[in-house]
Amino acid sequence: MSNAPRYMYRSWWKITGILLLIYTFTAGLLGSVPKLPLLQETIRNLYFHVCMWFGMMILFTVSVVQAILYLRKMDRKHDLASRHYAGTGILFGLLGYSTGSIWAAYTWADPNVPFAESFSTIARDPKLIGAAISLLVYFAYLVLRDSIADIDRRARISAVYNIFAYVILFPAIWILPRVLESLHPGQDGNPALDVKNDISPSMRMVFYPAVIGWTLLGVWISTIRIRIELLNEQKRTT
Amino acid sequence: MKWFFCLIAFFCFFPASAAVTMAEQMRSDGRIYVVIAVMLTILLGIVLYLYRMDRKLGRLEKMDQKN
Repeated sequence: MSNAPRYMYRSWWKITGILLLIYTFTAGLLGSVPKLPLLQETIRNLYFHVCMWFGMMILFTVSVVQAILYLRKMDRKHDLASRHYAGTGILFGLLGYSTGSIWAAYTWADPNVPFAESFSTIARDPKLIGAAISLLVYFAYLVLRDSIADIDRRARISAVYNIFAYVILFPAIWILPRVLESLHPGQDGNPALDVKNDISPSMRMVFYPAVIGWTLLGVWISTIRIRIELLNEQKRTT
Repeated sequence: MKWFFCLIAFFCFFPASAAVTMAEQMRSDGRIYVVIAVMLTILLGIVLYLYRMDRKLGRLEKMDQKN
């Protein structure tokens, strides 16, 4: 065992994540869903598209907690963890964005008008702009981080920036779309959690395990990257 | 590399052996089970990839510890 935190070597949470995802993929496609106009079977995307965003938010939360821990303790391990949880969060965000664009193309876009016309309506949607802003803020985090050569300065500055990025994230994807008019579901309540309007109670039985499963997969990817980085550093110093 | 060929071999023969017993099941409900099979295969592929990376990394770390 190297000097990575212990939980990275435990396998119970990795197996839990895999089992939850297998359950998601099976029950997600076979389970009963409410018959809604327009959405129809695509409501099952809740278990995949929405989970990407929930996973992203959880990973970004872990990242900002690690950034704060770094600033308190000045331990390199927290800095590496912060960087790589943010990296996986960005990956999930990109996947959420691209799956969302596929979903929107078949539910929001009007097939009777030219594509460019409905695209201009969809592209103006506040939720999409908010999501794009928050992802760009995190891209800037990576650029900023990698542009500083000094290791300690890089860790400190990127930890502080991480906190700012996290503070921008929530207004951009939660508050902004509620203040403005948005096509995206959930502007009057909680997207994906509102049993009365959006989903049936039985869908929650798949949705919550799905969020946990996808998040655990993201954590697994992050821990592997953190371990690679730790090993790399050890090699360089010895 | 051996496990990879085993996987390939498994999927080459999988449909032939499954066709007899699972013919009804895989072709019912608008063949949604086929989609589930495809998605689960992709998921398991990714998980297997992560698992192997994890193990390989574990070995490297152990080697590092010894030195």
